[in-house]
Amino acid sequence: MRHGKYRFIVGFLALPLLIYGIFVISPFVQAFQISTTEWSGLRGTAKSVGLANYGKLLHSDEFWNALKHNVVMLVLVPIATLALGLFFAFMLNVGGRARRGAVITGVRGATFYKFVYFFPQVISITIISVIWFNIYNPDPHDGMLNSLLGVVGLDSFQSAWLGEGSLALACIMLVMVWANVGFYVVLFSAAMASIPREIYEAALLDGAGRSQTFFRITLPLLWDTVQTGWVYMGIIAMDAFALVQIMSVNMGGPDGATDVVPLRLYLTAFRDSQFGYAAAMGVAMLVVTLLFAVLTMRFARRERIEY
Amino acid sequence: MTTTETTEARPRRATAARPRRTSEGGTLNVFSHGMLVVWALMVGMPLLWVLWSSFKSSGDILTTPWSLPGKLHFENWINAWEKANIGKMFLNTLIVVGGSLTGTMVLGSMAGYVLARFEFPGNRLIYYLFVAGMSFPVFMLVIPLFFVLRDFPGLPLLATYQGLIAVYIAYSLPFTVFFMTAFFRTLPTSVAEAAMIDGASHARTFFQVMLPMAKPGLISVGIFNFLGQWNQYLLPMVLNQDEDKYVLTQGLANLALQQGYQGDWGGLMAGMMIAMLPVLLVYIIFQRQVQAGLTAGALK
Repeated sequence: MRHGKYRFIVGFLALPLLIYGIFVISPFVQAFQISTTEWSGLRGTAKSVGLANYGKLLHSDEFWNALKHNVVMLVLVPIATLALGLFFAFMLNVGGRARRGAVITGVRGATFYKFVYFFPQVISITIISVIWFNIYNPDPHDGMLNSLLGVVGLDSFQSAWLGEGSLALACIMLVMVWANVGFYVVLFSAAMASIPREIYEAALLDGAGRSQTFFRITLPLLWDTVQTGWVYMGIIAMDAFALVQIMSVNMGGPDGATDVVPLRLYLTAFRDSQFGYAAAMGVAMLVVTLLFAVLTMRFARRERIEY
Repeated sequence: MTTTETTEARPRRATAARPRRTSEGGTLNVFSHGMLVVWALMVGMPLLWVLWSSFKSSGDILTTPWSLPGKLHFENWINAWEKANIGKMFLNTLIVVGGSLTGTMVLGSMAGYVLARFEFPGNRLIYYLFVAGMSFPVFMLVIPLFFVLRDFPGLPLLATYQGLIAVYIAYSLPFTVFFMTAFFRTLPTSVAEAAMIDGASHARTFFQVMLPMAKPGLISVGIFNFLGQWNQYLLPMVLNQDEDKYVLTQGLANLALQQGYQGDWGGLMAGMMIAMLPVLLVYIIFQRQVQAGLTAGALK
């Protein structure tokens, strides 16, 4: 039995490890090294500059502007997405009227709602961007959103949307929420389904209303899942690259109003060929992401409830 | 016919016989229900809009975005496929995703199996090395990765199928290994032991006994990887800048960026529909598995 065990282990692990090492681990290590150089990409021309790129980052208004937008997204997008996700999941699982002899039921057509809500998760972010680019078309008659507002008599709310500096970032964030709520509806539904019915029934017998049930029972029991969801959503908020690149005016505009760090990094590297400086931005992104994950885990931790 | 009628009727009667428990908040109920419907419309309408716009002329799409197509412009689909090169991109995507999905599933389950079932020095280290990959920001890796591909000795990888396939496999491995390791741990050991006693080698036991047993896990993670790789945008955009090799996502983005508010919108909408069709099919057929597969990572 033991004969050939190690040969088997090596045989099965060698190729996956090799591919993973070359294309993931080695770039990870090289990113730190490249970030300490000034390099236009030509082989053998990298000049070591120590931490100068990081110093440059700290004093770059463009970078701080982009990072500020990512942080705003990091805070607002998860809150809105998770709140809507929790609300819809609760409605779908617990919100229905009593029927079929059960005290606790979801609303009718719950499966259908989940099917529709989850849809944006399976289509490409490119397609989502093109769709919303058309929705936000600034023309008061031709734009989808604007013409809709016109029809229902809300002309005063018509706007240039992505062309309006004060609204553009909010428009981008709305798309992120739109695309991700379905994921959390499905995720929270699965978690809610594992909460024993008796707990709800006991609460109902004691006279708890629906909002009390939600805040006193569902939310505390789901807290672990919410926390994981928060980290996931934060990572998505740190990205936003494709949406901004495809939808925004002049990539990150108007006037830098929708600029985000990944876009800055992409343009710095692949348009301006400043690879060392761009790599420093990449390392900064890693730091922000890790900081966010650690802070979430630390401050959101509560005592785990076993049931 | 009669049987369905009786089964339909029974729960209804039960409802009527039972007194309403939820007396509170009739208005709340209406409001909550309204929200569910509004959100369904918000998500569903834009997607339906792409479908019907793909049959409209470009002018109509822009000037009367909400109207249904008066005359069905099937030529949009043909234009997209032939003139806008969607056909070529579709084929490229099929080749790349076909290769990378197969590679990911084979290599990922091989690694997952060994890490789940065999004790050897370094097992934990290798496992955590793979799992750590899930938290690396891709943007940080993409710059060095570009040069790894460009300077790869003896094999052209930049803007080639093989390069993109290898990269897709590498970036899908962390989750696949994580998931398959956990899955192989849940399978009983007795079947594999019986196969070994009957004289099967380790490799044969894996391919003929363990892999078939792992089918539900393979389907979940396979769907996850298929969607992720089919919809991948950043990696091809950076590593695949040859227009002949464009995959659908980057090709469509490129088309959209060139359009502005003029150009062949009908063709673009038809192109988006063509790009969506495979995932649509997978989603409609495997709805439950898709939802379970994509959320599996967050549920642990």
